[in-house]
Amino acid sequence: MRRILNYLLVRILLTIPMLFVLLTLVFVVLRVMPGDPVSAMLGGHAPEYVIDQKKAELGLNKPVFAQYVDYLGQLARGDLGRSMILQESVSTPIKERLPATIELTLCGLIVTLALGIPLGVRAARRRRTGQDFGIRLYANVVYCIPVFWMGLMLQMIFGVFLNLFPIAGRIGARVISSDFDRTGFYLIDTLLKGDIASFWDVLYHLILPAFTLGITLSGVFVRLTRANMLDVLKSDYVLASRARGVPERKVVYVHALRNALIPIVTMLGLQFSALLAGAILTETTFSWPGMGRLLLERIYLRDYPTIQGVIIVYALFVSLVSLIIDIVYAIIDPRVQL
Amino acid sequence: MNDTQGGMEIRAARFSPAGAVAGLFRRFSEAARRYRMEWWILIAGCVVVAAILCMTLLPHLFTQFSPVDQNAGPQMKAPSAAHIMGTDNLGRDVWARVVYGARTILGVAIAASVLSALIGIPLGLISGFSGRLGDKVLSLIMDSVYSFPGLILAIAFAAMLGPGVINITVAVAVIYIPTYFRLVRGQTLSIKQELYVEAANAIGARRPTVLAKYIFPNVIATVVVVFSLNVADAIMTEAALSYIGLGLPSGIADWGMDLSMGKKFLPSGVWWMITYPGLMIMLLALGFTMLGEGLSEILNPRLQEY
Repeated sequence: MRRILNYLLVRILLTIPMLFVLLTLVFVVLRVMPGDPVSAMLGGHAPEYVIDQKKAELGLNKPVFAQYVDYLGQLARGDLGRSMILQESVSTPIKERLPATIELTLCGLIVTLALGIPLGVRAARRRRTGQDFGIRLYANVVYCIPVFWMGLMLQMIFGVFLNLFPIAGRIGARVISSDFDRTGFYLIDTLLKGDIASFWDVLYHLILPAFTLGITLSGVFVRLTRANMLDVLKSDYVLASRARGVPERKVVYVHALRNALIPIVTMLGLQFSALLAGAILTETTFSWPGMGRLLLERIYLRDYPTIQGVIIVYALFVSLVSLIIDIVYAIIDPRVQL
Repeated sequence: MNDTQGGMEIRAARFSPAGAVAGLFRRFSEAARRYRMEWWILIAGCVVVAAILCMTLLPHLFTQFSPVDQNAGPQMKAPSAAHIMGTDNLGRDVWARVVYGARTILGVAIAASVLSALIGIPLGLISGFSGRLGDKVLSLIMDSVYSFPGLILAIAFAAMLGPGVINITVAVAVIYIPTYFRLVRGQTLSIKQELYVEAANAIGARRPTVLAKYIFPNVIATVVVVFSLNVADAIMTEAALSYIGLGLPSGIADWGMDLSMGKKFLPSGVWWMITYPGLMIMLLALGFTMLGEGLSEILNPRLQEY
């Protein structure tokens, strides 16, 4: 336990420089690069003094370094600033939208793993057969499908032609969403309220977006699981368990898969950022009221403080997940150097 | 296997273009015999990429319509003999837009990949070779950027730079610099330990010579593979940026933009406007992926899958 706590501490300390780099990068992209947010916001024809006044109000007339210090100081206090367009704090819409993105991302992840791992195991067991070839083909093709096009195709087939699933939104119009916003996760909120009909409605809206995200990312996991399984199936302990007469099913799914999963956990951390990127596109396609849509809506409005805030929250989210993955990795793999 | 490795070391010690071509040729013919399947994958990739390359170079051979001609046919007509992929909401021919759109996406994806390779490779080489504090700092920065969702970064860049072909190229290029950096740095670190580099140092070769003549030629084989896979990825990033409306000024035929346009008419059952541009994005990305995978098996036999 002590071992894990030490590791945890070191790992958290290591996250800090990474986060610092990301925050600096966001600052550089949004403040230092050419393109002046104030004149962009006010349009090309605003008089000089109006622009200067607005700049002074936002602290944009200070030297870049002073702005940078202000920016970090503000973040350290947990303050993301105020919107330039709407009279609200930047964190207000983020708090509202973040649960929608997390709900979508987690469901997408579940679909990815539920498809990727069993298919990968199957391909490894049936190595160099038609099944293996077919599964590998699936993995490669799916990997090359743009997420948003997958969304459009699923919408077209299951939403428009077969009319089975809704193609937009998180919840049906007849359900009033403000009835349950305790956590913002509609799946949890509806259950907390005991409203089973609404729960099914939420799930029903979630299916197409989750499959869109899940199918496109499953390719990577198929390939990874297959490669790891092939490696593990050659190992001595698999041979030993076979020799001892352990049923093949148990050898594969219990002895081998457990060890093959370890590198997959690491991969999960890296793929998580692909998942978030995919979620932005899925949100756009399915009019899903999440962080990605917020980002794009505010880009069109040129609301720079909110854009900055959303990107920072994404950065925090990615760092947090990679931290969690590393901890899980340390727990499941006793060989890891702590 | 040992033979090949020995051969590689000899070539590494004395790098000449003719020798490299001959070596590459031998590698390919060897591969053709050994990995039949990979060979087919490579050929399939080449065919797809070549076909789409033809489209970008000689679009008028593929279609008689102009991609911006609003009187090409009736509006929103399903595919027929006159318009094999139908027409869009403004009466433009979808096939013509698919043909001319290839130029945009392929140009941006290749230019962006070249740009990030040109920045990432030298940085990785120097960083890995020299070590020291600069290497640590640069690695930290690159790793942080690498861990961040590339698309979000590209969105931020594209939003700040505004629409334009050059701007979208820069926005896409930025996110792939760490890919090259990490790859080349890792390779440089391991090649630095090889005997022939030690020998070069021992006979008094200057550091730039060692880097250029002994390390760089051995790094480049992996870069070729990654470049091809990178183009595939850049294709999807470009398409994503223009799909969400950030990348290109209107008036240019682009698959991503056509998809976002077609999305509006999907609820009324207009399937042809979204099916074909997306299919082409997939095909193009698949072509480059197959090219990369095939090359990977052939150029780096040590990495082969069993």
